[in-house]
Amino acid sequence: MKELIIIIITAVFVNNVVLSQFMGICAFLGVSKQLKSSIGMGGAVIFVMVCATACTYPVYLLLDRFEITYLRTVAFILVIAMFVQLIEIVMKKTMPALYRALGVYLPLITTNCAVLGVTVANIDEGYSFVQSLANAFGTGLAFTLALVLFSGVRARIQDSNIPETFKGVPATLIAAAIVSLSFMGFSGMAF
Amino acid sequence: MSYLIPIGIFAALGAVSGVLLTVVSRVFAVKTDERLEAVNEALPQVNCGSCGYSGCADYAGAVIKGAPCNLCRPGGAAVSARLSEIMGVADEGAEKLHAFVRCKGDCNKTTHKYTFGGVNSCAACNKFYNGSKTCTSGCLGYGDCARVCPQNAISIRDRIAVVDYNKCIGCGLCVKECPNGLIALRPEGQRVEVACSSADLGKITRNICSVGCIGCGICAKSCPKGAVKVENNHALIDSSLCVSCGICKVKCPVGAIVKI
Repeated sequence: MKELIIIIITAVFVNNVVLSQFMGICAFLGVSKQLKSSIGMGGAVIFVMVCATACTYPVYLLLDRFEITYLRTVAFILVIAMFVQLIEIVMKKTMPALYRALGVYLPLITTNCAVLGVTVANIDEGYSFVQSLANAFGTGLAFTLALVLFSGVRARIQDSNIPETFKGVPATLIAAAIVSLSFMGFSGMAF
Repeated sequence: MSYLIPIGIFAALGAVSGVLLTVVSRVFAVKTDERLEAVNEALPQVNCGSCGYSGCADYAGAVIKGAPCNLCRPGGAAVSARLSEIMGVADEGAEKLHAFVRCKGDCNKTTHKYTFGGVNSCAACNKFYNGSKTCTSGCLGYGDCARVCPQNAISIRDRIAVVDYNKCIGCGLCVKECPNGLIALRPEGQRVEVACSSADLGKITRNICSVGCIGCGICAKSCPKGAVKVENNHALIDSSLCVSCGICKVKCPVGAIVKI
């Protein structure tokens, strides 16, 4: 149990998927405009990451058995894309309110490299099935934390009087870099 | 022969995914009304929310369930007619509206109490002594209305909001945004309007703004239809009675009435 908690905390703070490993930047910049949408996206990413890990782990065992693990990236993308589609169809029928709230973010997750990143990282770290699930959950949580923190920063940017040339994307990118820098304070921490 | 194994595995993976998706999409198929798409296509897709629903898609869903067909303000009569046709109900017609800023006291016509150096927004400026202009009910000129306009129809010229009537769709988003409640929606047919909403006494208005309505009532007396009234020290035109003859504009001693 203690080990799983360490994995989650490490994933959230030390190896933050967005701010330290720079994965999923596109979704990070695209969705962090508002606090509400960033929480929705974060929840969806946590869910997809955990489920995708549960799906890809058996697939990796299969690939490992036939010694074709070099094809894991292709296989994982296939499984994740299929899985997100599946969730979308089921959600449209059973939870229309949540489906509408997530809107375009759900298909966006398919192309979110953080999801593929976490499944590959699980294999590289040599985690067991339960440890992989914990890591996936922690990484999803890290993504949510980054989104929520950054949506607050962006709200402040919107309210401030910044030079015309920096308005929009430039100010956002600079702010993202500074937020990322603050997470460097966690790097090198080991439990 | 070893290269056949990955091919076989990937073919199997693809086949399993395909079958799974097909089966699930059949089982969880959501029935959609074909009218829904037609209604959605007929709407202007501005997503302004003036119909009272959260967007065009939402309103389309409501129309299918029996909501009135004439709520879309940007679409006006054309969209109302099209929706009624799709739904097979009688067209009740919709009046096309556009936004009107009831102030023309720009920085040359009114004076300033202080220089505002804070956040570039009307709401912020209004918090300090009701704005930087001497007239407390006038246009603040920081463009909160221009920022919410989905059509970019509002521009700020000489610190006053000016509506481009060719671009304005009458959604009313700016009406909610103005901290002084200066913007009103007016029917497109009405061509004359009072460009002042100052509630100050005529003497005070005269001192602080060269084009403010002083509530003299000449317009009310000269109107052949009795459409103009003076309330709260400024003139008001009743759009249901106004015939846009323009007599009040000619008679107004300060030039507060404008032709649109």
